[in-house]
Amino acid sequence: MGLLSKKDAALITDPLLDNNPITIQVLGICSALAITAELKASIVMAVSVMFVLGLGNVVISLMRNIIPSKIRIIVQLIVVATLVIIVDLVLKAFAYELSKTLSVFVGLIITNCIIMGRFEAFALGNGPWRSFLDGIGNAVGYGIILIAVGFFRELLGSGTLLGFKVLGDPIEKTGLYAIGYENNGFMLLSPMALIVVGIIIWIQRSKNKSLIEEA
Amino acid sequence: MSKRTDSNSYTIIFAIVMVVIVGSLLAFFASSLKPNIDENKRIEKQQNILYAMGVNENDESNANFVSASQAEEEFTKYITKQIVIQGGNVKEDNKAYTIDVKKQQALAKEGKQRKLPLFIGQKDGKTFYVAPIRGKGLWDAIWGYVAMDKNMVVQGAYFDHKGETPGLGANIKQRFFMDDFTGEHLMTPSGNFKGITVKKGNNDPKNEEKTDYEVDAIAGATITGDGVTAMIKSDLALYVPYFKSLKK
Repeated sequence: MGLLSKKDAALITDPLLDNNPITIQVLGICSALAITAELKASIVMAVSVMFVLGLGNVVISLMRNIIPSKIRIIVQLIVVATLVIIVDLVLKAFAYELSKTLSVFVGLIITNCIIMGRFEAFALGNGPWRSFLDGIGNAVGYGIILIAVGFFRELLGSGTLLGFKVLGDPIEKTGLYAIGYENNGFMLLSPMALIVVGIIIWIQRSKNKSLIEEA
Repeated sequence: MSKRTDSNSYTIIFAIVMVVIVGSLLAFFASSLKPNIDENKRIEKQQNILYAMGVNENDESNANFVSASQAEEEFTKYITKQIVIQGGNVKEDNKAYTIDVKKQQALAKEGKQRKLPLFIGQKDGKTFYVAPIRGKGLWDAIWGYVAMDKNMVVQGAYFDHKGETPGLGANIKQRFFMDDFTGEHLMTPSGNFKGITVKKGNNDPKNEEKTDYEVDAIAGATITGDGVTAMIKSDLALYVPYFKSLKK
């Protein structure tokens, strides 16, 4: 592949596993807890964050030499808030149905610490193309965890996936429910999201010991 | 090693320029897109009202509105009369559906007479009375439309929300929740308004009991459910005098 140099490709692949924003950098936990009760919301959030982080990283990177360091956090916040609000307005005007699905996420995207974290850690010191790749890579890494958590929470909590009753109908007592299986309502609540993320962190670190932090 | 961008004057000028650019950008987008957004909202209201009285394109388990392009036509076809109730006065107003319930609730709080819109529709020989309701969920506003017959028995309901938690409170706009309201009674046989309570553990998950004034709650969405209970009780109670006057 002549498209990406080895160094550039690493920007995309590193955040997927060994530098994952949620499990290693521990960024974006709040949104991972808030919206993973169902798979569909996790996917929507993952795609939205990919869009905003890719674009935002480019904008910040282009501005990196003129942003005064004293107010850089505020500038970053304004850039991401402006982007998100404009996208929201355009969607409301031209794709109203879609915008209603996304409305809940607008606030969560603006305050997502992954976005601020990547602006601060990467885009301020790198060119636009590399920043774009970094943004996409981190958003995908974030999305993978989100979708994994959403998958388990929806499956075990509601017995559905993307709204389809894959385990049978709990009220009509069909499928698994016929033999006494019950949904675990606790999976739908935020504490279980934290525990699921914790289990993923545990599995990942036991597979790759070099990730374990010094105590 | 002081850089040009570290000086106070640069910082202040940068901040001012940035605010002006961002401000005008947002103002430009907001004002140029406003007509489109308002139009979308108007059509959505028509779709919501039609949905509550059973004019929708629901498939087996999902809630679907009539398409946006047909909403206007279907609305004039099914909604035969729109009225505004203010104090004891009832008058017809074919723009009643554009009344902003939020503003009217604020007026009522100030002690003024609020306007109560009610949409009267005909479908398959039945008359539906659709009333808007609005209240608070966990994070933000929730609202809905409830279609009733002349005895205040619910014929259909639509709920929506601004920012409830996806997968939990946001499920009030799912059919498994909304459909439970159909057939529920709002009035006791003796003619007192009782409302409908969204309740956990009412031992009736299939909602076969229609006169218990209760529907089954959503797990993990207690506060949103309580919000639905509250807005049904407070807002639909206001229509009781009108429904009583229908029987005279």
